[in-house]
Amino acid sequence: MARMKFLCDADRCIECNACVTACKNEHDVPWGINRRRVVTLNDGKPGERSISMACMHCTDAPCAAVCPVNCFYTTADAVVLHSKELCIGCGYCFYACPFGAPQYPRVSNFGTRGKMDKCTYCAGGPLADGSTAEYASYGANRLAEGKLPLCAEMCSTKALLAGDSDMIATIYKERVLKRGYGSGAWGWQTAYKETIAI
Amino acid sequence: MRFSLRSLVAAFALATALFATVPAFAQQPTSVNPTASSVQERQLLDALRAGTPGQGTTLSGRITIPDASAGNLIQPQGQAWRLFHQGAMHWIGAISILGMLGLLAVFYMTRGRIMIEAGRSGATILRFSTFERFIHWLTAGCFIILALSGLNVTFGKFVLAPIFGEGAFAAMSQWAKYAHNFLAWPFMLGLVFMFVTWVFHNIPDSTDINWIKKGGGLVGSEHPPAKKFNAGQKVIFWSVIIGGGLLSFSGVYLLFPEWAGGVLALQFWNIIHGIVAVLLIAAMIAHIYIGSIGMEGAADAMTSGEVDLNWAKEHHSLWVEEKMGKGAAHPHASAQPAE
Repeated sequence: MARMKFLCDADRCIECNACVTACKNEHDVPWGINRRRVVTLNDGKPGERSISMACMHCTDAPCAAVCPVNCFYTTADAVVLHSKELCIGCGYCFYACPFGAPQYPRVSNFGTRGKMDKCTYCAGGPLADGSTAEYASYGANRLAEGKLPLCAEMCSTKALLAGDSDMIATIYKERVLKRGYGSGAWGWQTAYKETIAI
Repeated sequence: MRFSLRSLVAAFALATALFATVPAFAQQPTSVNPTASSVQERQLLDALRAGTPGQGTTLSGRITIPDASAGNLIQPQGQAWRLFHQGAMHWIGAISILGMLGLLAVFYMTRGRIMIEAGRSGATILRFSTFERFIHWLTAGCFIILALSGLNVTFGKFVLAPIFGEGAFAAMSQWAKYAHNFLAWPFMLGLVFMFVTWVFHNIPDSTDINWIKKGGGLVGSEHPPAKKFNAGQKVIFWSVIIGGGLLSFSGVYLLFPEWAGGVLALQFWNIIHGIVAVLLIAAMIAHIYIGSIGMEGAADAMTSGEVDLNWAKEHHSLWVEEKMGKGAAHPHASAQPAE
């Protein structure tokens, strides 16, 4: 099976935030939660770079390791998903995540965290593929329809790539060779303990 | 005529501009190195590990959504917290709690139950008022549920999940979380009441030095004199006040993450919360032991509040002298008043 990853080419990202908007719209993400976000480093200075970041679907995911109820699972496509049926909203995955991906809707008084929400790689959750219940809890399941995550699919500069690791790495390497520079695959070292050698 | 003059000026300006820029284009490939301004993730992470003044060890940037903390792009410290939580925390918890149970088992086998040497007198003396017993059990009841639900978060998936199955275990953990979040408040209230009620009896003094020197009656059979609380009980009191205070302080941050100021602070408070919790649980196991099976007559103090006079004389001689002076003892209190 494929090893699905995200790759953000920081030298192409123009911080249009269309990926953020597309994600919110596609999955009907509740107010206050952003499964994807765009961060601009060195804003207004030489070397300014924008990076679109979401759950990186890590190898040996820290969230899964610390979860007290083992609600995380990795699909055959290496996508890290979780069950909102099992999640108790303790916040531990947020403490462990290097990318700040897990978020919690505030459901009641005392700041009680609701069920955790994060990027699903447009792959839904443990409920039946394409069901109404799955959409309500996790959003659209594009992967089951043979489509890639919407954020990457509609990226206007094709900065954000989604797909099989080898394939997107090859595309990125070709770009770097052609234009002569690249700031690397952001988050890969942290998420996958590997980076793209060119 | 005017028209042609204007186009002549325009052509001249264009030619001048071209003449000026051509050498610049020619120079560019040698003077500009495009890779110089693109930083590799590896370099940034190395710099992060060393820490940047003012920014700490998180790679942050500008973000357009209202949640400012989302501006943190990568914070690899989560890996270290994970290693602590899945490694050291298990060991600290297991060693302190199982270690304490082991120590108490050895103590029980060697020392046995500490009996009232003179036997029960039948006369009793009021040790704890209804209010004192109420705040003790308020705090104790909350603490037991907080401790069990807290241990469940760290150890439940290894111990209970295989027994219950993941669905039932998750449902139980959900209720345990609610219990933990809400019972924290009466627990904190109990802490405040206990502090106010008992702090003056728990200020260390010279009798404590003597009590500790003589092993507190735990080793040997001598009963060193003690006031209302002996040195061992004072240690328990201050463990609860300081430990409970730290648990409350860190716990409030964990309940209200927006007050903590970022994920690094939350990781820190979580580590404090975990370590203090297992140490206090170990201390409370010892407290429960000596208050129940470990010592004859001790449990009366927190159940009926009336302790046997001989028990009081042996364990809290100075306190009894003080109370007897006020005529607080009830001879044959177990008998019905003759009316």
